Amino acid sequence: MTNLLCIDALSVRFAQGGATVAAVEQVSLDVARGECVGIVGESGSGKTQTFLAAMGLLASNAAAEGSVIFDGEELVAAGRARLNRLRGARLAMIFQDPMSALTPHLTIGTQMAEVLVQHAGASWAEARARSASMLTRVGVAEPARRLRQYPHELSGGLRQRVMIGMSLMCGPELVIADEPTTALDVTVQAQIIELLRALREELGMALVLISHDLAVVAGLADRIVVMYAGRIVERAPARQIFQIPRHPYTAELLKCVPSVWGPRRERLPTLAGQPPRPGESPAGCAFAPRCPRAAERCFRERPLLGGGAHPIAAHAAACHFPLPP
Amino acid sequence: MNALRADAVLRLRSNRGAMLALYLVLAVVVCTLVGPWLNPNRGETLDISHVATQPGLEGAHWFGTDRLGRDLFVRTLEGTRLSLAVGLLAGAVSMLIGIGYGAIAGYFGGRTDAVMMRIVEMMSGLPLIFFVIFLTVIFGRNEYLLFLSIGAVGWLTMARIVRGQTLSLRRREFIEAAIVSGAGAGRIIRTHVIPNAIGPVIVYATLTVPEIIMFESFISFLGLGIQEPRASLGTLIAAGATEMEAAPWMLLVPGGILAVLLLCLNIVGDGLRDALDPRAPV
Amino acid sequence: MTHDSQADACSAEPLLKVTGLQVNLGERIALQGVTFDLFAGETLGLVGESGSGKSTLARAILRLVRAERGYIGWRGENLLSCDAATLRRVRRDLQMVFQDPLASLDPRMTIGETVAEPLRIFAAHLSAPERTARVAAILERVGLRADMSRRYPHEFSGGQCQRVGIARAMILNPKLLICDEPVSSLDVSIQGQIVNLLLDLQRDAGTALLFISHNLAIVRHVSRRIVVMFAGRLVESAPGDALFGNPAHPYTQALLAAVPALAAAPPFTRVPPPTEAGSRAASSGCAFSARCRYAIPLCETRVPALDQKRPAHWVACHRAGEWIS
Repeated sequence: MTNLLCIDALSVRFAQGGATVAAVEQVSLDVARGECVGIVGESGSGKTQTFLAAMGLLASNAAAEGSVIFDGEELVAAGRARLNRLRGARLAMIFQDPMSALTPHLTIGTQMAEVLVQHAGASWAEARARSASMLTRVGVAEPARRLRQYPHELSGGLRQRVMIGMSLMCGPELVIADEPTTALDVTVQAQIIELLRALREELGMALVLISHDLAVVAGLADRIVVMYAGRIVERAPARQIFQIPRHPYTAELLKCVPSVWGPRRERLPTLAGQPPRPGESPAGCAFAPRCPRAAERCFRERPLLGGGAHPIAAHAAACHFPLPP
Repeated sequence: MNALRADAVLRLRSNRGAMLALYLVLAVVVCTLVGPWLNPNRGETLDISHVATQPGLEGAHWFGTDRLGRDLFVRTLEGTRLSLAVGLLAGAVSMLIGIGYGAIAGYFGGRTDAVMMRIVEMMSGLPLIFFVIFLTVIFGRNEYLLFLSIGAVGWLTMARIVRGQTLSLRRREFIEAAIVSGAGAGRIIRTHVIPNAIGPVIVYATLTVPEIIMFESFISFLGLGIQEPRASLGTLIAAGATEMEAAPWMLLVPGGILAVLLLCLNIVGDGLRDALDPRAPV
Repeated sequence: MTHDSQADACSAEPLLKVTGLQVNLGERIALQGVTFDLFAGETLGLVGESGSGKSTLARAILRLVRAERGYIGWRGENLLSCDAATLRRVRRDLQMVFQDPLASLDPRMTIGETVAEPLRIFAAHLSAPERTARVAAILERVGLRADMSRRYPHEFSGGQCQRVGIARAMILNPKLLICDEPVSSLDVSIQGQIVNLLLDLQRDAGTALLFISHNLAIVRHVSRRIVVMFAGRLVESAPGDALFGNPAHPYTQALLAAVPALAAAPPFTRVPPPTEAGSRAASSGCAFSARCRYAIPLCETRVPALDQKRPAHWVACHRAGEWIS
């Protein structure tokens, strides 16, 4: 069975002040129908830019190279008309900050109905009715009242539910969620994660969940991809990556996440240094300066995912000296 | 600041229109300073043999002469110099007053702000021309009155702009951080508010100068400002207007220079505004 | 002062004593009846979600917002009624680290000038070379290089900017450092660095810390004692181990239950998270009653007082006595 989304050797470069800065370098990953892939990374990892490129939402000074194939159609450099047909209908995106993603001067009802009217050719009345039922489905009480309200009148959690609802209006096959819970409180975050899980079970859509929070991703993803400095450094089935991380960055990142449970520590575990900014591309492995296992070879030669084997194993790390399984 | 300034300079340099306008303005300024030296005539001397002559090479009257036989080349350049000086000087004074006034009103807010802004609004509402005429009737024609009334024009909008900037800055975290560090209001306004509000201030200052030149020209045109035998662009235009049919060059030359100056200063102001906008692509 | 000796500090007079603090933001009551003590050299954690009033509390203590009523005692002086000169003097010892590291630095000043500002205000007698030397010393202490003092904030990463903010706050050795979400906007791998830095500085200088965060895990590791806020009120106050081991207030329980965990969590946490607040008008009773699974009619009519249920463990709940021994 072919994959729903195939990203092959995708690179995204920005033109800034006369120089080109690479935010994403040679990223290849697949998303099968109905599966949930978690993309984990910190700032500068390129995780958001990868999928903005896939959706054709890059800034005007950015250019994408490589290939992104969605259900057989090439998205990179696709014309605006073709992208508009796909986006919102078969391929949807949920953004990090619902307040800036929703139009402030239009009611919720108008914005949700617009999706159906634009893509499915429904009438406004029909679209509003379906918006109301969608709101109920995503757990918003009193849908009729909410449809008449404006974004600023809703709480953060409700806004995010509305965004999720909007993205699902046309029954897309793939939903890309970019840090959907980062701007929310912990209690609301738990509800949203639960909602996404329930919707996946019910609708069976594929989900790409981008987050810096490993725990959030752990709750939902079937497979996890870890990115650092614009490249993929490890990918594995979810359970495996937490129990037997093979890339030193993944292992260190896991150690850095403080736990509410377990014994209290006097000092928090940490990683020295900081993630490289986009544009700082050293020769060799980008993580080498911070890696506890770095050797001389790491600074010279950039490691390939899975050691360059073809095809790449299900659990692969881009490291010359991966942690033993 | 170096990186910020370098970016701004780069953006300005790449704006061809603004750079051209800037060079033109500089060219005019240089001419007004150097020009009169190149011509043997003086601005006040009356050359009776050349009364209301057309522009030409005769008697080195390159722009012609006026009804009294005074050389227009020198007079126009001297007049332009005076108008520019008034514009720049009055512009600088009104800028200083406006910045201080606006920063204080915006920073303290509340009743202080309300009172200060009501004063600004009342003064904006006054038809300043009538104000000037009224003062002239009382105090007689006076060049210092000219400066006063021009000062009264310039600072109002600057105060409003700076107040707006200050209001939005006041909420920013680095201002809170300065308060927590123990800085008093004076220090915060001086070191934090004003340097951060400077962008729109510079832009507006460049736009104020043509406004002031225009105002000066207008009241001189009405006969209330610069007095004979001194010349400003306004007086020259006034004199030229009466000779429009017989000696059109007497109007066209000063009028043309005024138009070029105003246009170029406005373009430069626009260019500065775009250059100082940090979000514009380089 | 190490963590262990914090217990001894409790017998002395509190450094900061807050009683019945109320702060109104426009129409809304942001803080109500807030009462707690903070002792010299200790680390008090303050946990709450958005709308809990935790940031407002920090700003009220620093007199950045006006308090409606109440008492804030700083070493015996009432900060709410003192004159400007006293307040200015107090500011030397009462400092803050802000949530957004970049925004808390004046973009038009070099970081050296920013860090030197407190010296100019309180130690004006210092000569320029002396000032430069002290700035260099504190920059090195927080992990930056002295030669960076001529650079501007936008040239630094989030973590580095936060170090600058900490340097500015610590340069005069304050008695209390209020940290308002100091690491929330930083990458996971950097968070530990900044938290450890704060703990090191505290240990060396004996500074008390009021550590405000919505991140329960970090608060847990940093603080000895923790207070929990909800909807402008203090709902629970306990030593860290007691709070996480035996949370007494239903909101605290819900908060802990909602934290997504990589490792397994204790059984009591598998309670369903509270439902989204309905549109019901705020009742005159406990603000959490609308979402509380244990709510009884009394909860909607009477606001529970903060009662001491166990030594050093205070809860504001009518029914807490039922499950706290």
